[in-house]
Amino acid sequence: MSSFKAFDIAGSGMAAQSVRLNTTASNLANADSVSGDPATVYKARHPIFQAVKATLASQGSGAEGGPAVKVTGIYESTAPASARYEPGNPLADAKGYVYAPSVNVVEEMVNMISASRSYQNNVEVMNTSKELLLATLRLGQG
Amino acid sequence: MPLNLDQYVSVHAAALDVRARRGELIARNLANADTPGYQARDIDFRQAMARASGDPASGVTLSTTQPGHIGAANGADTATGADLKYRTPLAPSLDGNTVDAQIEQASFAENAVRYQATLTFLNSKFRGLLTAILGS
Repeated sequence: MSSFKAFDIAGSGMAAQSVRLNTTASNLANADSVSGDPATVYKARHPIFQAVKATLASQGSGAEGGPAVKVTGIYESTAPASARYEPGNPLADAKGYVYAPSVNVVEEMVNMISASRSYQNNVEVMNTSKELLLATLRLGQG
Repeated sequence: MPLNLDQYVSVHAAALDVRARRGELIARNLANADTPGYQARDIDFRQAMARASGDPASGVTLSTTQPGHIGAANGADTATGADLKYRTPLAPSLDGNTVDAQIEQASFAENAVRYQATLTFLNSKFRGLLTAILGS
């Protein structure tokens, strides 16, 4: 049944965007988590989105269904941690430096807005598809 | 002459099918609005309808009789037999994604309204049939 595929597709979009929102929340929450060692400091996380292509087998049967987007992984930013001279900080290393994660707060805010807009788009698609499907079910009754 | 119910609703039934398929494609585009390298696709409605109504001018298709068979050339849609086209981006982005959320939203809304219009046509056809049967 083809109409139900829209739910799978919009659902996968919502799932992917919510992963993105989660990583953004994690990045923002840890934006100021300093550490005394640049190797252990928090690193910004970002999801990797990938479009799901129909396989050859599913193409033949005409069932090009399934989710449309998936999160193939979450990568940690390789940007170097920024060192701050804070000798009074109990976490500071021998030279008096603490290391702050390379989270770009402005970038994360933009990511958050973009993710929430995309999420809303998918919700709209799902709502509209639901209404159309219900109207199709009522076909011939009114 | 007996009434052929299939023929009576055929155009609208086919249109409903193509509309549902197009809605699904646009949903796919919107779900992939942030996927790097994803290229937005859409269905050629005129061609899909021409094919659904058996217009020979719409071209020749390969018939697929086995699950492993690949359909017609250049990415034809297996469900409707119509060619899937790639959207030309108005503002190409660096990551290779050609989805323009506004355009997709507009297309989706348009498609939904037309789907409902087709439903209305079908409903009125059935109502007409009922009137003929019941005589009131």
